[in-house]
Parts: sequence; structure tokens; C-alpha cells
Amino acid sequence: MTALDPAQSARPASLSALMGDGMSDEQGTSLWRGAFERLSRNPAAIIGTLIVLAFVLVAIFAPLLAPYEPAKSQWIDQVTPSDVPGPSPGHPLGLDPFGSDLLTQLIYGARQSLIIGVVSTAIGLLGGALLGGVAGAFGGRVDTFVMRLVDIMLSIPSLLLAVSVAAVMGPRPGAIMIAIAAAQVPVFARLLRGSMLAQRGQDYVLASFSLGLRRRTVVMSHVVPNSLGPVIVQATLTLATAIIEVAALSYLGLGASDPAIAEWGRMLVKAQDRLQTDPQLMLLPGLCIAVTALGFTLFGEALREALDPKSRR
Amino acid sequence: MLRFAVRRILLMVPVLFGLSVLLFAWLRALPGDPARALLGEKATPASIAQVNATYGFDQPLLQQYLTYTGRLLHGDFGSSPRTGEPVLGTFLDRFPATVELAVAAMIFAITVGIPVGYFAAKRAGGLLDTIAVSGSLLGVVVPVFVLAYLLKIVFAIGLPGQVFGFSLADLAFLPSSGRQDPRIDATHVTNFYVLDGLLTREWDAAWDALIHLILPAIALGSIPLAIIVRMTRASVIDVLNEDYVRTAAAKGLAPSLITRRHVLRNAMLPVVTVIGLQTGALLSGAVLTESVFAFNGIGSYLFDAISGLDFAVLQGFILFIALVYALVNLVVDLLYGVIDPRLRTK
Repeated sequence: MTALDPAQSARPASLSALMGDGMSDEQGTSLWRGAFERLSRNPAAIIGTLIVLAFVLVAIFAPLLAPYEPAKSQWIDQVTPSDVPGPSPGHPLGLDPFGSDLLTQLIYGARQSLIIGVVSTAIGLLGGALLGGVAGAFGGRVDTFVMRLVDIMLSIPSLLLAVSVAAVMGPRPGAIMIAIAAAQVPVFARLLRGSMLAQRGQDYVLASFSLGLRRRTVVMSHVVPNSLGPVIVQATLTLATAIIEVAALSYLGLGASDPAIAEWGRMLVKAQDRLQTDPQLMLLPGLCIAVTALGFTLFGEALREALDPKSRR
Repeated sequence: MLRFAVRRILLMVPVLFGLSVLLFAWLRALPGDPARALLGEKATPASIAQVNATYGFDQPLLQQYLTYTGRLLHGDFGSSPRTGEPVLGTFLDRFPATVELAVAAMIFAITVGIPVGYFAAKRAGGLLDTIAVSGSLLGVVVPVFVLAYLLKIVFAIGLPGQVFGFSLADLAFLPSSGRQDPRIDATHVTNFYVLDGLLTREWDAAWDALIHLILPAIALGSIPLAIIVRMTRASVIDVLNEDYVRTAAAKGLAPSLITRRHVLRNAMLPVVTVIGLQTGALLSGAVLTESVFAFNGIGSYLFDAISGLDFAVLQGFILFIALVYALVNLVVDLLYGVIDPRLRTK
């Protein structure tokens, strides 16, 4: 009898442990936990995360890291029309065309890019979520109307959409963020609606309705959380696009009005006429943009792969 | 097939209608009154009154909208207050240049992108695959005009200095700007310069126009190239894993036949869509590329319009691009119907 006890008790115990695991899996943590595990095994994801982390840290701690004050043009007397001083002991990367320290400008540029990227993506996401959410949740005529509107917005290339919004806003602060956000709205709207529609046909949604849950409860606690994956992926990728688009808008003359401000796109633009004598003025901010965008892209793509149910096979 | 085409064309109508409403609203939303927005900084009370009368800005909104659409339907896109020229006329003059550039960029992207994507997929995880994947990532993250400037300085202007006894300035063998050497006295029939040279048998003119296209086309084509490589790669990998490919191999079909009939044909569906979608991006990318290379297409025209806050041009341009974009997507959808017979019946 006593010899049988451990064996008898051991089986139900391990079974319940298995059941317990299975239960918690079905409560919705498994997708994210599994995604995290897959991410930590993916070298591209690790590189992307490191770049993003470095970028965010530099942006936040810019005042501590930068050797000087940004956009002060303290050494403007050393800049001549034909020459911008290169690296020297006091200025590891040299000066910028406005007589500020180039390294300082680049570090503060990270801050500017992070703010513009995050704020514009947040606005774009919010606007898109509102439109797409309304369309996906109500369906029917509302859906048709909203999605036609989204189609129209998508029929204008995103850069032009941003340009026209920036033109309406004029040179006020924040205009560029709203312009970039506006171009992202239709993308997010379509994405969120699509993934909500896909969820709506799922068995668990039908089950929740059969259990008598209210529509709002079903949408908020089942459909929306399950539709979020692709949206988060898109938001990460959008951060990369936003950082590149700021540069394009600056190039078109629609960015911040102060030319000396530490913003990568603006720095690129101001470097064009000195391309032959001082190519570093364009190469360095260009490199910063490319590396940051690369970080967000790698991270976003890895996240997409990790969240894809197909990759769990 | 015909019904499919007709239905698809009818679907464009509400989009274009909505676009005209949106653009009309946009014009009204511009800072200050629309007349001032159209005329810009140098508006005088007299010219404002005149624009108000011409465009009927003093009439009820609905009537204004109808007048506006009526003008558009008659091909009247207004004229630029900066140059005084009609917007549509200038577009049509300059459009061939942009089409030529966009086609060159697309040819570059497709002829390089599809083979690279295909071979990368064939040996997924191999060296070519790694290079293709990282290269395509780079293509997406480098801003178009930065790439354009880099190409221009390396291959057209020339960098100082030497590498391994090889002068970097020797790399600069391509023209840095324009569509054709102004010293060439070419006849222009269609305003597609390469085509003109071929039609009139002025070979040197065609050749010169062609080498002027190389750098801008590479810069402009970089993003579609990156996207085509990735799309082809992903799509070919998917198809190679399909059961019907294994079946085809099992029943002893020649590998080249499997590639042609089973793999490529199925894998090309998403690629064709992406190519269509990229056309819009290509047209807006042209704004940046053309201005770097002083290429006289609608892109550089729009660049000037944006810097000069010339809203009449901007508005006409957006409508024009949206129309072209819609047409290209129509063609893509029809092409889809040709490639995939299943879509015709749905």
C-alpha cells in the first residue's frame, strides 16, 4: 500500500501540472511568451533590440552624453563658405555648417527623431485605431463608408499625403509630426479592421456571444487584444518609416523652421552644398538615420515572425 | 474577364469622387483664404478679388465644389501663380521624363530583384541569401535622396583620394545631372529622350539619354528593388514547400519546367501586386531623386512647387498622381486576372 502511494499521487500531480500549463497557455500568455522565446533566439532580433535600446538611451540621456549645448553656433567664426573644420581634440567629429559641435548635434538629433517618431506613430496609431476599430466593430454601412475613405487616402502616396498636410498646417511646431501621422492613419485603419474581421469569424468569439457576453465586452476583452499583434509590429516598422520620412520632409523644406536645430534630416539638407569638401556632414547623419531605421525594422520584422502562428510549427 | 475588368473600373469611380471632395476640402483648409493660398505671399487685394471671381470663391460651397469638379473634368487643373503656366500643360510636358525615369527604375528593380530573390530562396540561408536579405534591408532604411547624393558624388562628381593606387576620381564616369548633354542637338518627337533617339536614329543622343538615366534610376529603384527581392524570396520559399511542387518533381518533370510552370507562375502573384503598389511610391520618390539630379520631370517641378508653396500645382499633382496610381493598380488587378484564372470567376 505504502509503496503504491507515491506512484499513485505522482501521476495525478504531474497530470495536473500539465493541465495547469495547458490552461495558462489558453489564457493567452502563450503567444507572447512563445514570441519572446523565439525573439531571444533570433540574432536579427537581438541586433535590432540593441540598436533600438542604444538609440532610446542616447535620446533620453542626450544632455549627459553630449559634450556641448546643441544648436548654439558657438564656433560659427571657424566656419567658412568653403570649409567646415573637421575632427579636432575638442570636437571628435568636427563642427557642423552652423558652427556647433557635430557630435552634440548628432546626439540631440536622436532625441528629436525619437520624439517625432514616437509622437507621430502614436497619433497615426490612434487615428487608425479609431477608424479601423469603428469599421471593424460596427461592420455594415459604417464599415463600407470608413473603408472607402481609407481607400481614398491610400490612393495618395504617403509622402504626398504628408506633404499636403504639412502645407495646410504651415510652419508651426508639431506640424511635421501630424503630417507623418496622417500618412500612417489609413495603413493602421486597414490593418486593425482586417485583423478584427479575421477575429470575428473565430470560434471563441462565437462562443463568447453564445455565453451571452455583451458586444462591448467581447470586442474589448477578446477581439481587440487578439488583433493587437500585427498592429504592434506595424507600429515598430512605422517608427522606422517616420524617421526616414522626417528627413524627406526636411529635404522638401517642410521641417522645423530653425535651420540650426539638431535634427538628422535637417542636417542632411544643410550638408548638400558641402558634399564635395565635407562629405562627413552628410554621411554621419545619414548613417544615424539608416542605423536607427534598421534597428526598428529588424526588431519589427523579427516580432512579426515571432508572432506568426505559422512559425510556431 | 470583361466583366471583371468593367467591375474593377467602376470601383474606381467612388474613389476618384471621394478624392475630389477631399482635395476640394484641402484647398479650403489651407491657411488663409483659398485665393491667398493659391496666389501666395505676393497677393494684392486686386489679384485676390480676381481669383475669387474666377474660381467663384464667393459663391456657396456646394456650387463651388461643382464648378471645381466641372473644371477638373474638362482638364482644367488651374494655372501656377508662380509661372503663370497651366498646371496640366506643364505636367504633360514633363511627364514623359518621369515616366522614362520610373520605367528605367522599375526595369532595374525587376531585372535585378526577381532573379536575386529567386536564387536567394533556392538556397535559403546560404551566402547569396544572406547578402540579398541584408542588402534589401539597407535599401529600405537609407533615405532615397541620401543614396542619390552618394551615387552622384561617387560616380558622377568624383571623390578625392586613392584606394590601393586606384584613383577614386576615375569612378566618376557618369553624368551628374540633366536628361541629356545640352551640346547634343537631338530631335524630340515624343519627349521620351531614349525613345526619340531610337526613332530618329540619332544613336549618340539615345546613348547619352540612357547614361543620364543610370544613376537616377538606381537611386529611385533602390526601394522597389529591396521590396521585390524580399517579396520574391518569401513567395518562392512558400511555393517551393507546396505539395504540388513535390508531386511535380516526383512524377519526373524536368526541373526547369517545374520552375517555369509551377514555382514562378505561382510565386509571381504577390510580386506583381507589390510592383503595382510600388508605383505610387516611385512617383513620390521621383520628387526627391529628380531634384538631386536636376532631372526635369514632374518630380522636380513638384519640388519647386513645394518649396514655393505653390498649392495650385501641388493640388493638381496629387490628383494627377492618384489617377495614375489608380490606373496602374487597375492594370495590376487585370494582370492578376490573367495570371490567376481563379480570380476571374469570383
